Amino acid sequence: MSTPRLEVKKTYKLFIGGKFPRSESGRYLPAHSVAGTHLDNYAHASRKDFRDAVVAARSAAGGWSRATAYLRGQILYRAAEMLQNRSGELVSEIARSTGAGPAKARREVSLAIDRLVHYAGWTDKFAQIFSSVNPVASPHFNFTMPEPTGVVVVLAPDEPALLALVSLIAPVILSGNTAVVIASETFPLPAATFAEILATSDLPGGVVNLLTGQRTELAPHLATHMDVNAIVDGTGIAELQTTLQGGSAVNLKRYTRRDLKAADWFADRAEDPYWILDTVEYKTAWHPMGV
Amino acid sequence: MKAKTQVAKISTKGALVPALAPTAIPLKDRRLNFGGKWEYAPSPEDAKSYPIALRHELFINGKFVVPAAGTYFPSINPATEQQLTEIAEANAADVDAAVKAARRAYDRVWGKMPARERGKYLYRIARIIQEKARELAVLETIDGGKPIKESRDVDLPLVAAHFFYYAGWADKLKYAFPGKTPRPLGVAGQIIPWNFPLLMAAWKLAPALACGNTVVLKPAETTSITALRLAQIFQEAGLPEGVVNIVTGAGATGAAIVNHPDINKIAFTGSTEVGKLIARSMAGTGKHLTLELGGKAANIIFEDAPLDQAVEGVIAGIYFNQGHVCCAGSRLLVQEGVYARVVKKLRDRIQTLRVGNPLDKNTDIGAINSAGQLARIRELVQSGLDEGATLQQTQCALPARGFWYPPSFLTGVTHAHRVAQEEIFGPVLSVMTFRTPEEALERANNTPYGLSAGIWTDKGSKIFKMAAKLNAGVIWANCYNKFDPASPFGGYKESGFGREGGLPGLAAYCRLD
Repeated sequence: MSTPRLEVKKTYKLFIGGKFPRSESGRYLPAHSVAGTHLDNYAHASRKDFRDAVVAARSAAGGWSRATAYLRGQILYRAAEMLQNRSGELVSEIARSTGAGPAKARREVSLAIDRLVHYAGWTDKFAQIFSSVNPVASPHFNFTMPEPTGVVVVLAPDEPALLALVSLIAPVILSGNTAVVIASETFPLPAATFAEILATSDLPGGVVNLLTGQRTELAPHLATHMDVNAIVDGTGIAELQTTLQGGSAVNLKRYTRRDLKAADWFADRAEDPYWILDTVEYKTAWHPMGV
Repeated sequence: MKAKTQVAKISTKGALVPALAPTAIPLKDRRLNFGGKWEYAPSPEDAKSYPIALRHELFINGKFVVPAAGTYFPSINPATEQQLTEIAEANAADVDAAVKAARRAYDRVWGKMPARERGKYLYRIARIIQEKARELAVLETIDGGKPIKESRDVDLPLVAAHFFYYAGWADKLKYAFPGKTPRPLGVAGQIIPWNFPLLMAAWKLAPALACGNTVVLKPAETTSITALRLAQIFQEAGLPEGVVNIVTGAGATGAAIVNHPDINKIAFTGSTEVGKLIARSMAGTGKHLTLELGGKAANIIFEDAPLDQAVEGVIAGIYFNQGHVCCAGSRLLVQEGVYARVVKKLRDRIQTLRVGNPLDKNTDIGAINSAGQLARIRELVQSGLDEGATLQQTQCALPARGFWYPPSFLTGVTHAHRVAQEEIFGPVLSVMTFRTPEEALERANNTPYGLSAGIWTDKGSKIFKMAAKLNAGVIWANCYNKFDPASPFGGYKESGFGREGGLPGLAAYCRLD
C-alpha cells in the first residue's frame, strides 16, 4: 500500500544583487490563482528591502554602464536564450497564476523572448540613431550622446505579468542603467520565476533587482529615495502615479508613465526605442579644432 | 642592420658582469638584442582536429553541388606550398543556377519573411560562429597564411560581431532611414578578396541578409575553404535554401556574377584596377554598386606625438596581416624633428617581430598569401631601391618552403617613387618626412586613393583639424587598424564608394522609396 507523494512547496523570494534573500521584515504573502486556489507564498518586501535593492543597483551601475554596448547586447540576448530554454516553466507559471490557457500563456512568453531579442539589438544602435554631431558656428568639434541616468525604479502593471515586465525593463537596462523592479501585485510568481532565469543568464548581479509585495506600501519610499534617478511607472493606477510623481520632486527624478491596457502590451506600441530615451541623459562635449 | 651589441652576459655565479668595455660601442648605437639570442619553444595551434575535405563543391540552393563543367582547381597552404584541397570552379551556368536559387529564395521566402525572424536567423549564425570560432580561425590560417593570433583574436571575433550587430538591425530599418520605407534590393552578387576571407564574407553577408536581400557570394580563389565552412554553418542554422549561395572560382566566375542580368546589386572588395573594370561593365544596367578598393594610407607622426605609442601603431598599421590590408598605413610621414628617433625605434622594433609558421601562437608575421603576391612585393621593393631608397629589414631566418617576406621599411623615399604611390600590399613601409601640418596634409592627400589615414599627436585640436582635412574615409587618431561592426568603413576617391559597417552600411543594401 502506497501513500500519494506529497508535493514540495516553494517560497518565492526577492532578487537583490544577484542573490535571493527573504524579506528582512520576515513577512510573506500567499499567491492565489484567479480561481482562489492557494499556489505558493512569496516574500513581502519592506522599505528596507527596497533600500537594499537600491544599494545593489547603485553598486552594479558602474560596471554595467562601462560594459561595451556589444557586451550588453550579448548579455541581453543570452537572457533571451535562457528564457527560450525555460519557457515551459514560465508558461505553466503564467497559466496557473492567471488561469490563461496554455496557448495564450505561450504567446505571452514567446513575445517576451522576441522583445528581449529586439531590445538586445538596440544596445549598440540607439546611440547611432539618437546622437548628433552639431555644426556649431565656431572651430569646434561638438557632439551630443546619450548616457544612462543611473538607478531606475520600474513598476510593472498587474497584467500581463511577464510581458509587461520584460517590455519595461529592457529599454531601461540596455543603455546601462540598473533597475529596481516592483512586480505585478496580483500575479507576482511569473516575475519571480523570470528573476530566477535572469540569475542564470550572464546579467551581472544587481543590474536587475526584483521585489514582490504591496505597491501602495512601497510607493512613498520609491518616490522619495535620494539615490534613485528615475521612475518608470507601468501600473496605470492614478493614485499611485500621483504619489510617485509628487515624491519624485524631492530630487527631481525623471518620472515616466506608461499607461497601456493589458492588450496593448502585446502590440507594436509596447516595443519602442523612444522608451530608451526616458532614462538617459544627453551629454554634449566641445573640443577645439586647429593646429 | 645586424645587432652588434652585447651589453652583459650572465656569469657562472649568476651575477651580471659587463661583457664589453662600455666605451666599445657608442651609446647611440647600442640596442637590445632579441633576434638570435632568444629562442621561443614552438607553440603551434592544433590543426589535426580540423580536417579539410579533399574536394570542395559549390553551395547552391542550400546544397553542395558538383560544378557544371566538372572542373576543380587546387588550393594550397601558402606556408608550406602543399595542396590542401581542390575547389570547384563555377562557370556561367553554375552562376546562373546560383542566381536563380537566390531569386527564388528572395521571392518566396526571404523577401517576405517578417524582419524579426530574419534577424533571429542572423543571431543564430552569429552564435554558431562563436561556437566554431577556433576551428574557423585555424582553417583561415592554414588556407590564407595569416598568423593564428590574428585570425583567432581579430578576424573571428569580428566575424561573429558583424552578424550579431546586423542581426539587430533587421527589424529596426525604419529607424535607420527616417521618413523612408527601406526595402531590399533583391539579389546581391558579392565578390570578396583573400586578405580577410571570413571577415569580408561577414561584412558583405550580414547587412545584405539583414536588409532582406539574398546573395550569390564568390570568395577569392586562394581562400575559399572557410567560406564553404560558413555554408555548412548556414545549413546548421536552418537558413532557408538559396538565401546564400557560394560559387568558387577566379576572375571568370566573378565576371559571370557581375554580368548576370538578374542581379540587382554588386558589392566588390579588391583591387582598384578590377573595381574600375566592374564599374565600366555595369554602366547602364541599373544595378547598384559598392566598391571597397585599394589604399595607400598616410600615417602621420607629429613631433608632439607619444613616440613609443606611435611606433607601436605604425607597426600595427603596416605589418598586421603581412600588410595584406587595403587600409594599411603604408606611407609613414614623420615630422622632421623626430625623424631620426622614429626611424631608430622602428629599426629596433621590427627586429622583435617573429616571422614563421602562421599556426604558431608566437608568430607575428605569417606567410604571404600567394607566389604572385610575393613576386609583386619583391618587384615593388626593387623599384624603390632602383629609385634610390634604402631598405631596412628584420634579420631573421625565413622558412625554406612557402612564401615569405620579412618586415621591411624604406627610407629616403620621395613622393614620386612607385613605393610611395602604388599599393604594395605587403609588409613594406615607405618612410618620408614633413615640416608643417599643411605640408603633411598636402602629401597625405597626394594620392588617387583615400581609404584611411592615421594621426599621431597629443594635441586634440590638431587631430580634429587634420581629420577634417584628410581626404580619407576612415581616420585613426593615436591608434590604427581599429575595426568595429558599428563603425562605417570605406573610401574616398579611387578607394571606392559606399560604406560597410554601421548605419551607412545598411544603405548599401536598401532601396529607399
